[in-house]
Amino acid sequence: MSKLNSLAISDNGFIFKPSTGESFTTNELGLIILNLLKEEKSADEIINEITEEFDVDAISAGRDLYEYLDFLKRENMID
Amino acid sequence: MKKKKLTIAVTGLNNIDSPGPGVPVIRGIKDSELDVRIIGLAYENLEPGIYMPGLVDKTYLMPFPSTGSEAFLERLAYIHEKEQLDIIIPNFDSELYLFIKFSGKLLEMGIHTFLPTMEQFEERHKDNLPEFAKKYKVTVPESKAIMNSNELANLPKPLAYPYWIKGKFYEAFKVVNNNQGIYYFNKLSAKWGLPVVVQQAIHGTEVNVIALGDGEGNTISAVAMRKQYITDKGKAWGGITINDERLLEIIHHIIKETKWRGGMELEMIKTDDGEYHLIEINPRIPAWVYLAVGAGQNIPEMLCRLAMGEKVEPITTYKYGKMFIRYSWDLIGDIADFEKIIIFGELKN
Repeated sequence: MSKLNSLAISDNGFIFKPSTGESFTTNELGLIILNLLKEEKSADEIINEITEEFDVDAISAGRDLYEYLDFLKRENMID
Repeated sequence: MKKKKLTIAVTGLNNIDSPGPGVPVIRGIKDSELDVRIIGLAYENLEPGIYMPGLVDKTYLMPFPSTGSEAFLERLAYIHEKEQLDIIIPNFDSELYLFIKFSGKLLEMGIHTFLPTMEQFEERHKDNLPEFAKKYKVTVPESKAIMNSNELANLPKPLAYPYWIKGKFYEAFKVVNNNQGIYYFNKLSAKWGLPVVVQQAIHGTEVNVIALGDGEGNTISAVAMRKQYITDKGKAWGGITINDERLLEIIHHIIKETKWRGGMELEMIKTDDGEYHLIEINPRIPAWVYLAVGAGQNIPEMLCRLAMGEKVEPITTYKYGKMFIRYSWDLIGDIADFEKIIIFGELKN
């Protein structure tokens, strides 16, 4: 099972990492990104979804996405 | 086994800020299908488990193990004569030596235990941990057993500040300078005897695993936990079950290689780069055992069944994300109960 798929993610934005017992909270944007990553969407596809869902341009959406990916990598939640 | 009512004696009723495992062990047994009568064995007259409603059927005060084996055995014989004990589950490190030493004698009396052998018990001592690590190929922090506080000024490299200084049985303090080291050496050696162990502090997350070995190399039960809330005494006040495969591999390896018999707890530090350092092996069930029960592995029940000679199948799964949170609770007792414990050394609930 991939690191991402081993996470327990609730609709409320609560993330539980069973391998370490750590828990995190995320906002609506983080939740959308996580779900799209689980669906194996590419970065461009995720940026498109973000711009459609929120009132932001592609540059801002890209910045938010990569910042969030950095966080997920730092916390060892994705490879 | 279901048909026979078992009389089980349990020590460690001190459910205090540094809790003994007795109360959660009894809760586990009572949650099981075993038909039991519980006899509490207490060393102090204010151990909360003596007075907790619905926990023990009767409590007897015991002489401290340090008073000698004769008084200890005499008291056990007296209790056995009155209660016809089937099993004793000792829960203190400091009493284990006597229980292991006399386990054959107890069995002759009809009292079953399920304890490590003396060799298993001795080789995992804190002061033997480096040898243990070498023999069983596990990583441990640099450590040294010391008999004299003068040795603290000349600790062999790479031991350096900060380090932990640990009592023979219990307690540990973090040390950042020599004066502190001497102070804690004196405190620990006066309380728990010698040697005192100095162990390099490792930066990382403390993860623990509780397990039960059948004495033939099989792991009957193993549950991994991460401490979420640690008291100033270093005790877990909250914890959560985790799916740490490497940690479970390590416990299976140790139980297989040592042929561990009985309950045990591994205390490990997981570093940020994913390395595991063994900091302690407790040769008994730890106080957080009820979390394992809640996660699906009733270790006290399985230990009782093994003690009575039943074949117990290993359990390999448990629920991740189960949490325990300790709390304190003011129990209202009566002076008449306290009087009975003080005067007669016995209390029937």
